[in-house]
Amino acid sequence: MRRSLAAAFALCLSAAGACAQEPAKTPITLDIANDSLPKSLTGAPGSAAAGKKVFLTRTLGNCLACHQVTSLKSEEFHGEFGPSLDGVAGRYTEAQLRLIVADPKRIFTDTVMPAFFKNEGLSRVRPEFVGKSILTAAQVEDVIAFLKTLN
Amino acid sequence: MLSRYVGLAVAVVVAASFATLAYAQDAERKGIAAPPGHVFKTIISGYEFRSKETRALQDDDLENPGFLAVERAADVWKKVEGTEGKSCMSCHGQAETSMKGVGAAMPKWDDKLKKPVNLEQRINICRTEKMKAEPWAFKSQALTDMTTFVRFQSRGMPVAVKTDGPMSPWFERGKQTYYTRYGQLDLACASCHERNNGKFMRADFLSQGQTNGFPTYRLRDQRVVPLHERFEGCMFDVRAEPFKPLSDEFLALELYVAWRGIGLPVETPAVRN
Repeated sequence: MRRSLAAAFALCLSAAGACAQEPAKTPITLDIANDSLPKSLTGAPGSAAAGKKVFLTRTLGNCLACHQVTSLKSEEFHGEFGPSLDGVAGRYTEAQLRLIVADPKRIFTDTVMPAFFKNEGLSRVRPEFVGKSILTAAQVEDVIAFLKTLN
Repeated sequence: MLSRYVGLAVAVVVAASFATLAYAQDAERKGIAAPPGHVFKTIISGYEFRSKETRALQDDDLENPGFLAVERAADVWKKVEGTEGKSCMSCHGQAETSMKGVGAAMPKWDDKLKKPVNLEQRINICRTEKMKAEPWAFKSQALTDMTTFVRFQSRGMPVAVKTDGPMSPWFERGKQTYYTRYGQLDLACASCHERNNGKFMRADFLSQGQTNGFPTYRLRDQRVVPLHERFEGCMFDVRAEPFKPLSDEFLALELYVAWRGIGLPVETPAVRN
């Protein structure tokens, strides 16, 4: 019960320095086509197993803070902010999922969901995160690979 | 063996928390009708979003740990400090009568400074100008205790900030801050506390972000926490560079957020997660 809302948002408190980020200062550009990102951000497919880890890790994706996933029922505290991700692989193509994770406001303009692969155009970012995205390109690809298993 | 027991204990606690949360979720959250033109239809105190146990702790003045702050400050109220040989009591007498309603109306316009001041600032103005004593640092136990003590004298009275006249540009400034997305997580106060209050977010229910219980005893910090520290924490957690406590930005935000809870009874010292 002590675990508070703040803690849920505190994705990167103790491990601030350890969070792998994109190299600072180079603005990320997204190759958007038809409201999606057809090309892998790394040029290679991700790993679903690694993606599950990124998905669950509070200092990385922390996706359960807001979403529910029935197959992850053994994990505690699924959030209610965002929609359930059950069957998300059937609702969106891989290319659409990639853009939704990378920069969801490009599609859902009013969403509260953070962009996980964006490193500029943000306000008052804490110095240690300036120029850095929440996830690396490889981590985004891993998450996509995991989301594709949610049929 | 030991780790297995610990694991079991954790599992039990988690299960108990789930049960509590399920209860809280089902419970009807009582609020007050908002005035016309307000953002909410019903204004709901953070109290209503907390578990049965947390609410019980707040409800019992003898159990509520926030009362230690009230008691400490009640002694300091009578203590002479500074070169003028005065205590708070020298000018204000019994806090129970002289301070009644004061905390419910803060932040308030200061004609001399030509800006709004909150309770912490008002206390320090008294110390430096009337008592000729050193001001207390923000977040110091002494300042938070006294703020809690003075606000406690308004317990049960409705939050009644003035937002018109010279306060109006400050209100607008606070409103702008409230709706601005900050930090790497790109979240505004409104993202959680307006659009998603009542929803389950990881281990907690999002409240309306009301300020009527501040300074509030926070279970996770095990001490009474002033409002601007909470503002700082929220901004830090969305990976934003927080504004400074007692800055004009937070003063404006304090005013605006107080208005969002207009009419709610002051609960200081409240108990929150």
